[in-house]
Amino acid sequence: MLTTNKRRIIGLFSFVLLLLISMWMSIIYGYTDTSYQTAIEALTNKNHSNEHIIINTVRLPRALIGAAVGASLAMAGALMQALTKNPLASPGIFGINAGAGFLIVLCVTFFQVSSLQTFTWLALIGAALAAIIVFVISSVGKEGMTPLKLTLAGTAVATLFASLTQGLLVANEKALEEVLFWLAGSVSGRKLEMLISVLPYFLVAWIGSFLLAPKVNILMMGDDVAKGLGQRTNMVKLTVAILVVLLAGSSVAVAGPIGFIGIIVPHIARAFVGVDHRWVLPYCTLIGGILLNVADIGARYILMPQEVPVGIMTAFIGVPFFIYIARRGILK
Amino acid sequence: MRKYIPFRIGKQISVLMDKKAVIASFILLLITVAVFLINTGSGEMYISPVDVIHTLLGSGSEMEEIVIYSFRLPRIVIALFAGMSLAVAGAILQGMIRNPLASPDVLGMTSGAAVAVVSFLALFSDKNGSLTISIHWLPLGAFIGATIAAFLVYVLAWKKGVSPIRLVLIGIGISALMQAFTTLLMLIGPIYRASQANVWITGSVYGVSWKQVFILAPWAVLLLLISLISVRQMNIQELGDELAIGAGVSLQKQRLFLLLLSTALTGGAVAFAGGIGFVGLMAPHMARRLVGSSFGALLPTAALLGAVLVMLADLVGRTLFAPLEIPAGVFTAAIGAPYFIYLLYKSRNS
Repeated sequence: MLTTNKRRIIGLFSFVLLLLISMWMSIIYGYTDTSYQTAIEALTNKNHSNEHIIINTVRLPRALIGAAVGASLAMAGALMQALTKNPLASPGIFGINAGAGFLIVLCVTFFQVSSLQTFTWLALIGAALAAIIVFVISSVGKEGMTPLKLTLAGTAVATLFASLTQGLLVANEKALEEVLFWLAGSVSGRKLEMLISVLPYFLVAWIGSFLLAPKVNILMMGDDVAKGLGQRTNMVKLTVAILVVLLAGSSVAVAGPIGFIGIIVPHIARAFVGVDHRWVLPYCTLIGGILLNVADIGARYILMPQEVPVGIMTAFIGVPFFIYIARRGILK
Repeated sequence: MRKYIPFRIGKQISVLMDKKAVIASFILLLITVAVFLINTGSGEMYISPVDVIHTLLGSGSEMEEIVIYSFRLPRIVIALFAGMSLAVAGAILQGMIRNPLASPDVLGMTSGAAVAVVSFLALFSDKNGSLTISIHWLPLGAFIGATIAAFLVYVLAWKKGVSPIRLVLIGIGISALMQAFTTLLMLIGPIYRASQANVWITGSVYGVSWKQVFILAPWAVLLLLISLISVRQMNIQELGDELAIGAGVSLQKQRLFLLLLSTALTGGAVAFAGGIGFVGLMAPHMARRLVGSSFGALLPTAALLGAVLVMLADLVGRTLFAPLEIPAGVFTAAIGAPYFIYLLYKSRNS
């Protein structure tokens, strides 16, 4: 663990470097390997050669989206884990991704929406809806919201939304074609405009989360202590929940439901910097971006020349980790 | 009036029959038959239940015979057997693990069987899309898949004994892993298999033929019979480890046997009807409400309830948005997920 602030800052810069390297590799490697020089040329002084077009329209958006989505999912996970005091909390497990996906498919089926802006809004509303349902279900009962109840309710809600989505897709094959690319959970084939259309939400949520970090630290001490220290805990919780919905919903709007990033990354970040969220959140941002880009690069090679949706890669990495945490016990 | 009636066959088998259970199963049997007839009669061409009976007895019109025998009956029979198998598998697991949340889906068996089936279809098809080995091996493949998944979940959840909570959590994890594998295999395999598999994974009895019925039926009937004559072991398992050992049973051997029995049942159902979710969770619960938790009464009741659930889900899926078909699994999940939440809510308050 990095104990002093100086070491943490050095760590932060190393991760920035790693993130840049991972994005760089994401641009260069793939079915068409390009070189370092070509990539530079394509970015600074583009001509209309095949390689330049690939880099500018396919690889660059992919690397940027990978970084942004990975960062947001990881932050959403960290905030959820702090809010619920549950080490298994993440947008995927809690049905938030599935809720966003369901609402998009529902509206594509019945209202023929196709604009990106509407997709984003729908994803946000769906994410909020799922979050509310899960929170309500898991807080009924005598002892209120326990980590276990939250996890199980989330899984049930996720299953429900997933199967409803499946039903809609079977009923409407046209919609299937439109949303299948998106539903698999992938950062490939997205245009840069998709990222730009959700960037405002991302930016608001990122900055908001960083600003809220000290309050999250206090919240982590438990409701009673936080109240005793003069915090309006319900206000803070609500804000955190809104941030989570913004982060997860926008990520789903761009890349579809990608699981497990939100579980793994906060644990890695905490292993480096402990539980101080002023450090955990920035580390999550960087590590999340790195992990998603690395998984995405792996997804290109595992079945060459075919590409695997990155959601599958993250599941392969994430499940062993999930099981490890589940074995260690979530009630601590 | 006595509550129980002893029922003996030879010297080996003797069961105390609960009167309430007998009545409940009888009513359920009637409901099952009714749903069966209505399901057979509904669809693009409506045939009244009376005509269905006529046709089944061999005195219907030629048109009705074609519709019923070649289109509707196979899928309904598969739905019937799949529902029974899943429900009984769930009942066995819930008794053995002594946890109301246990079920083939929660323990990852369904998704394990799904991986096995998809890899079976991917590995053993030639370029023209026909299978290179007999489809008779499919249930065995699904059984192996379900067993591996269940074994993984059980072993990983083991930490000086298996706690129900860990079991459910590890089950969630293993299911996610298996789903990732399934998607991956669908990507590797031929394209048309992928769309076929996609419908099937959600749980659908769409497009099955008599051929599949004749493979599933013996498998399911045999296993259901074995389950019925093993009720004594299940009853003892449900008492808990100490009491079961005290009663003189070889606990671990029986547990393994029962686990294999339930994975075999799940495997058969999943091989032909896909991952019809939550039936193995709901049916045993409803049955326990009706007849209590003694397995002699519980198993038949749960089996009938499972059959009714799957047949109804199939009926709704076929007719609600006709001519579109919605996989039956969508409806069982739509009822099952809220039910799961309800159970969760109830079990945490007790």
